[in-house]
Amino acid sequence: METQLSWDESRAQDIIASKTGLEGPLLPILHELQETFGYVDARAVGLIAGALNVSRAEVFGTLSFYKDFKRQKPLGRTIKLCRAEACQARGAEDLAERFEQATGCRIDGGFHGGVEVETVYCLGNCALGPNALYDGEIFGALTDEALAALHARAAREGAAR
Amino acid sequence: MTALTVYIPCDAAALSLGADRVADAFRREALAHGVSLEIKRTGSHGMFWLEPLVEIATPQGRVGFGPVRPEDVAGLFETGALAGGAHRLRLGPVADMVWMQQQQRLSFARCGVVDPLSLDDYAAHDGLKGLRRALQISPAEVVEEVRASGLRGRGGAGFPTGVKWKTVHDAQADRKYVICNADEGDSGTFADRMIFEGDPFMLIEGMAIGAYAVGASKGFIYLRSEYPHAAKTMARAMELAEQAGWIGDDAFGPGKHFHLEQRIGAGAYICGEETALIESLEGKRALVRAKPPIPALHGLFGRPTLVNNVLSFAAIPFILAEGGQAYADFGSGKSRGTLPVQLGGNVKRGGLIELAFGITLREIVEGFGGGTASGRPIRAIQIGGPLGAYITESQLDLQMDYEELAANGAMLGHGGIVVFDDTVDMARMARFALRFGADESCGKCTPCRIGATRGGELVERIVAGERIPQNIALLRDLCDVMTAGSLCAHGGLIPNPVLSALNRFPEDFSPVAHKTAAE
Repeated sequence: METQLSWDESRAQDIIASKTGLEGPLLPILHELQETFGYVDARAVGLIAGALNVSRAEVFGTLSFYKDFKRQKPLGRTIKLCRAEACQARGAEDLAERFEQATGCRIDGGFHGGVEVETVYCLGNCALGPNALYDGEIFGALTDEALAALHARAAREGAAR
Repeated sequence: MTALTVYIPCDAAALSLGADRVADAFRREALAHGVSLEIKRTGSHGMFWLEPLVEIATPQGRVGFGPVRPEDVAGLFETGALAGGAHRLRLGPVADMVWMQQQQRLSFARCGVVDPLSLDDYAAHDGLKGLRRALQISPAEVVEEVRASGLRGRGGAGFPTGVKWKTVHDAQADRKYVICNADEGDSGTFADRMIFEGDPFMLIEGMAIGAYAVGASKGFIYLRSEYPHAAKTMARAMELAEQAGWIGDDAFGPGKHFHLEQRIGAGAYICGEETALIESLEGKRALVRAKPPIPALHGLFGRPTLVNNVLSFAAIPFILAEGGQAYADFGSGKSRGTLPVQLGGNVKRGGLIELAFGITLREIVEGFGGGTASGRPIRAIQIGGPLGAYITESQLDLQMDYEELAANGAMLGHGGIVVFDDTVDMARMARFALRFGADESCGKCTPCRIGATRGGELVERIVAGERIPQNIALLRDLCDVMTAGSLCAHGGLIPNPVLSALNRFPEDFSPVAHKTAAE
């Protein structure tokens, strides 16, 4: 279970300093900042640029290119729901539609009651879809009930943060 | 106290159906029945419809049961099934099952059998033979062995691996790199993930052989972020391999280092394209580079770089251990060796099937797969990921090899097959392909960046019944531009699923089809 700290500049600087010896350290730095704080704060951009001797534009360019990196503090928990072809062939689109109707939560529409559901393309479990990833765990052969239960769990854990 | 050894997979597919809860149930029942229990975690055999597939050690060998739910475990203890009695979930020895017997498992020989993190298991099942032999011969001889095997890049392009290795081997530089492209983003593929979770030492061994052959001292594994279990298993395997001395300082002899690092992607499909992957490793936006210069000469940080897919590196230990010719003896025509086929989507028995090239799609989809999971007729099959073509049921007699598929307007890609039943709406799939293409475009070249978006709009108009012949003509024209004018295979291949859907399933592109579907 992830527990995330509030923004802490000296902690961020420690993270950056611990990675500057790597070849191509930017992605590892961004990953660890996000793991620690739940997102990459705008204030980190200047710190990284200074430490790596690159422009802030280059750091921001990389940060904003990759879907995984969040630039806003998350307002709860995230469920990643696979909607690629193999899951579609197993009814993922209908599942998603019924889920939106039942919960009023829009997929890829941000946080709703402490949970966001994000589309992901492929979790590598293509013979057992529809699939979702939550908190580092994969859930296969999702039914309406299983997805609702996962959503309820995420809402509980999102509220408990 | 009786003793019991149970093998339970820790592959993500098994975990997704509760393998950890099955393991917990075994612990509870063993305690209740006074049985001394040893649980060994393995990868998956790749029979996903039987997961969690549990094996019990018996004097006659390992006996499989599946699919085992946590609530089935008490019954296994009480009916005497564990002692050899009959049981409805009993599958018999896994190696004797028809699904397994009909395969030729070279790269997946150990997957599902061994504990992925046991160096002893690895050595006991022919592990490290390839690397040991490689280190006894010269790098040039290793390259020659790979060339002789006829191995072609398993990532999709099918480029001869030996030629690539020779190019990097012959390049002069102060430093060289090897990179394993594990950014397996194609829907319908999971072979890479299974290797990471079921036999990670094989990949490390393959990369070490590659590094020795081309003269690289540093290697990177670039793994997609959607595979957290794979990342964890590989990280631990790398630590163990380093402790055992087959990677790290002096790995290939005094002063000959090989350091390996695992890097995690950040949700960009385009990183499966090797030059975008290299940019990403360098810490940049993953924008595709123009080729030439090719990465083999001017790759990571401008140095000669060997970039191979997981399945290519996974084939290497066998090739070195048994010789290139032994590998080339499998296969047909110019497609040598074996192909790990990944069967998914709406299929009754999906999973990993490793076979010599030359089998027909029908043998895979109907023979191994048993038809659709829904029980409805098969209507379409997509081969080779989201940018692969759709084919019809009547084309199932095509042979699975690079040339035959290419000659019939399809591509092998990474060997993924996704089955759809007759409820599929192919106009919707075409529109999805374009939307996915637009979402995942790196944005560097215009045909791909703008073409994918405009193409999606055209499909919308066609299914809405707006000026259909003109819009179809425009869509075809746009696809021509994307095929011919895109910088990389991403933009160049987006037209594959779109045009194959349009040409082979034209009835789905009429407004009538959509009106009736909506009613």
